[in-house]
Amino acid sequence: MPVSRTAEGQPEWRRTTPRQDLVRWFGWLLLVALFVFCWNVMTKDTIWAFVWDAPNQAADIGSRMVPPRWSYMSEMWRSLWDTLAIATLGTLLAIIIAVPIAFLAARNTTPSVTLIRPVALLIIVSSRSINALIWALLLVTILGPGVFAGIIAIALRSIGFVGKLVYEAIEEIDHSQVEAIQATGASPAQVMNYGIVPQILPAFAGISVFRWDINIRESAVVGLVGAGGIGLNLEASLNTLAWSQVSLILLVILATVLVSEWVSAKVRHAII
Amino acid sequence: MTDAVMSGRVYPSTWRRPPFIANPAWRWAIYGGAILYLVLAVNSVEVNWSRVAEGMARAGRLLSGFLKPDFVNRWSDIALGMQESLTMTVAATVVGILISVPIGIGAARNLAPTPVYLVCRGIIAISRALHEVIVAILFVAMVGFGPLAGFLTLSFATIGFLAKLLAEDVEDIDPAQAEAVRAAGASWLQLINYGVQPQVMPRLIGLSLYRLDINFRESAVVGIVGAGGIGATLNTALDRYEYDSAAAILILIIVIVMLCEYGSSLIRQRIQ
Repeated sequence: MPVSRTAEGQPEWRRTTPRQDLVRWFGWLLLVALFVFCWNVMTKDTIWAFVWDAPNQAADIGSRMVPPRWSYMSEMWRSLWDTLAIATLGTLLAIIIAVPIAFLAARNTTPSVTLIRPVALLIIVSSRSINALIWALLLVTILGPGVFAGIIAIALRSIGFVGKLVYEAIEEIDHSQVEAIQATGASPAQVMNYGIVPQILPAFAGISVFRWDINIRESAVVGLVGAGGIGLNLEASLNTLAWSQVSLILLVILATVLVSEWVSAKVRHAII
Repeated sequence: MTDAVMSGRVYPSTWRRPPFIANPAWRWAIYGGAILYLVLAVNSVEVNWSRVAEGMARAGRLLSGFLKPDFVNRWSDIALGMQESLTMTVAATVVGILISVPIGIGAARNLAPTPVYLVCRGIIAISRALHEVIVAILFVAMVGFGPLAGFLTLSFATIGFLAKLLAEDVEDIDPAQAEAVRAAGASWLQLINYGVQPQVMPRLIGLSLYRLDINFRESAVVGIVGAGGIGATLNTALDRYEYDSAAAILILIIVIVMLCEYGSSLIRQRIQ
């Protein structure tokens, strides 16, 4: 902690040395300069007349949105079911693929740290770096529009998430339990079943439910690019400027998300 | 032990793992319900296998595009999209942090009075409940197409993430240090500056860098609904069946995401 002298010669406590101060101010200056530069580049094509009109637009859209068109609900049930199916089956598929990958990626269970672990980590990273909506965009061009593309998109996006968290859980297990099982003469499969799996099961269940919860949100929008579910209704309603339907869809999405959050909280509470 | 021997009670020599759900009625109801749902959900997914077979050719072309990505033909579009994505990521992260710091402090139960706490928690809940793409649709409708809508979306989404985690962090601080500062007669602002800020700053920087990462990933998606960025370029490339350009864009996205992740982990290591 640096102490400097005031004009009267009294010692004064400071949190930083003048040199640190200077470095910090310079850092902040750079950050502000970067922000101003980015802002200018970003807004160079912006039509400000539209932006200043935004409050009016918002008010206009808002007035069209209420009341929601409740009768449209009859067409929504099927989409709601599809959305749930995309989230659930997608999560399930992701888990089935991600768990073996996680065991291959964890330092203490992988058969080869130099060869197989990097490959597993690469799969995990590349799955995570591409958004579900981009996966959906690709899969719709490959598989055609529909729920199937949505399920695969959600699964491909979730592999990285589930894989990463599960392999971290595997690396954090208590090794003495594994040794105890090994000492009883258990086969590798039995060590896995009685030594490792019970230790990661709570984490695994929590991760799966957490991802399912996230996937409910994602599956509601993959339809925007044609991959089935509520997003399809949203896209159709937006294209026809049917704002009263849009507001109903948003309400349905919100309700679904809240219910899924409640379910996942309940399940996590029951497990942990 | 001796009691058991004398009474002739025999101890079991085998052991079975206790079931995951203790109550058998609940166990079978949950398992049965889950299986029933899965069967129904799988059956409700219509897969047009001939369309899928047709798509395999496209998948092949997409994969061959990855081997031979075309950066040249659409370079001006790609460069513009990347520039929009990057600038709106930086600008939105900065603005998002500036807004979420006061909201995060307001949402910390140990610092804020109850009405402020509830308002801030409400803002966080709204921001988290809505998916980025849906927010983007609404902003595009309000301020028109282009990166400004994306910037607003990302700023809005940053609030929910950063303010929530910051609030939890502020609630977890060591109260002794804050107490010491308060005992020295500090005002509320001084308390924040000397008692709270030094404790949460490393985490805040880490979270901000992580959010920068997320914002870039999301900026690649909001373009699909017209909010500017590389997503729009990707969407156009796929619509035109230009798989080699699409592959080039995806490679760029993955490379930038990885650079972000690597860079932010380096910075985080230096801070902590």
